[in-house]
Amino acid sequence: MVISVASGKGGTGKTLVATSLALSLKDREKVQLLDCDVEEPNAHLFLKPTFTHSKTVSIPIPKVDEERCAYCGKCAEACHFNAIAVMKEKVLIFRELCHGCGVCSYVCPESAISEDGREIGVVELGYSDGVRFVQGTLIVGEPIAPPVIREVKESAGRGGIVIIDVPPGTSCPVVEAVKGSDFCILVTEPTPFGLNDLALAVETMRELDIPCGVILNRAGVGNGKVEEYCKKEGIPILLTIPLDTEIARLYSRGITLAEGMPEWKEHFLALFNRIREITNERISSAKR
Amino acid sequence: MKELVVLSGKGGTGKTSIVGSFAALAKGKVLADCDVDAADLHLLLSPSVKQESEFWSGRVAVIDEEKCTQCGLCQELCRFKAITDFKVDPISCEGCGYCYHACPVEAITMKESMSGHWFISDTRYGPLVHARLGIAQENSGKLVAVVRQQAKQIAEEKSLDYIISDGPPGIGCPVVSSLSGADLALLVTEPTLSGMHDLERVLGVCRHFGVPALVCINKYDLNEENTRQIESNCLSQGVKVEGRIPFDNVVTRSIVQGVPVVDYSDGRVTREIKRMWDILSMMLRNGSKG
Ligand code: SF4
Ligand code: SF4
Repeated sequence: MVISVASGKGGTGKTLVATSLALSLKDREKVQLLDCDVEEPNAHLFLKPTFTHSKTVSIPIPKVDEERCAYCGKCAEACHFNAIAVMKEKVLIFRELCHGCGVCSYVCPESAISEDGREIGVVELGYSDGVRFVQGTLIVGEPIAPPVIREVKESAGRGGIVIIDVPPGTSCPVVEAVKGSDFCILVTEPTPFGLNDLALAVETMRELDIPCGVILNRAGVGNGKVEEYCKKEGIPILLTIPLDTEIARLYSRGITLAEGMPEWKEHFLALFNRIREITNERISSAKR
Repeated sequence: MKELVVLSGKGGTGKTSIVGSFAALAKGKVLADCDVDAADLHLLLSPSVKQESEFWSGRVAVIDEEKCTQCGLCQELCRFKAITDFKVDPISCEGCGYCYHACPVEAITMKESMSGHWFISDTRYGPLVHARLGIAQENSGKLVAVVRQQAKQIAEEKSLDYIISDGPPGIGCPVVSSLSGADLALLVTEPTLSGMHDLERVLGVCRHFGVPALVCINKYDLNEENTRQIESNCLSQGVKVEGRIPFDNVVTRSIVQGVPVVDYSDGRVTREIKRMWDILSMMLRNGSKG
């Protein structure tokens, strides 16, 4: 089973939830945690894993053989990402813009384009206290995250419970990370910002046809609008975490709820059981 | 005209409350919400939309079943694994057009798609350019570029002194797009291990694109040891920490009221943000570049 942990708005505590859930489950299930927030991977700060393997992620980038090039401009015309410009006697390649799609080398009538690997990130694999851990890191200055996310997901082992720490937002990196999940936990807080971004995240999950539920973090400040919204939309609130300076302090030091306040383990186990029920029901009603 | 972009790496550090407050404090500015994925600034500025425009930028491949001979070439060539059983998954398709160029029977067309909207609005603090990326859409970087370009145009037309923009979280394409060519970046962090880690990365992006950066530590009293650590890390990199905002629920309360915190309270949070704006505006005026 694959469970994603996302939040339209950043900084709502999704990494705290993902890591606490992993550590609460590890004695009962085979658990893997995938940190797909490759722009700002933080789960390692909580899990402190030992890495055993790493591999670089690269995408193929065109290289023009100027001996062969006729400066016809066909490559530039075909590139949807404006990554090539053909001047009078020079072809410019904007490496940061290139998605590595391969169209330019395909259309070049002179076969002047070959491809080079360009490193954009790294994927590391290891263990933390019985949890298998995979993390992707986008190289600073590189703009394109999805290929690194794809590689993290491909590096996951089969079976067991897979927990995915998803990047914030609703655009392509989020879609890449949550795609294929059986369930998505949306972590939010009871403020107008939290509600606005939760609604966007819910729409995204609906678009992808992934069932979701909410964890309300820092409950106690703000207002009751998130609860109202969830009720209206029929989205279950699976867990409420209060605004608590002790939790905030633990978080600031990179300590999960499962370790810092072990009584929370029970809550996370109950959360997991609830998710399992929801996904099972969905499967059986789909069969009917 | 000078452009300030407020970034944070990690989301949820209070960036939008700070931008909203600068909106209330600055004179002669246009505001730009470059967090096109999950825009929140409008919740503090209650804009009235004056102009709404569609953002067309994406495209997806469509296979004509009638013409398709099921040769399978497109499936083999697509590097984004977007085609299975002779159908294109519009969510995986990046719109590159490889299949379109390669299809031997010309069964594939590229369909333009609308990926969002952008708006020019009036607020009680001045004009705001903002946008809404469509759900699960690509090209957030390009939409950010449109927002910035519109803001710039307004600033030029009205000869305004500042563009103040609320940047997206992370370090990927929308961040690069909101940062490149800006005059100054304010990085808002918090004294948590995650905040510290993300700050290092976003500082790296600023360096990479040659944009001078200043740091503000929000909720600095949450963990003063971490705050000291951030200060010494910044010092060793020659980056100034210009603001230390204490933790105070007044910020959340102002969000619930839908107003920038400086217009809601005159406590210590407000005093610190005011002091920060004085420093930033002076730096912007004196030209922080170089
Ligand atoms: S398509 Fe080939 S020959 Fe034409 S400009 Fe590009 S690299 Fe040169
Ligand atoms: S590989 Fe694709 S994105 Fe890169 S330059 Fe060629 S056509 Fe453009």
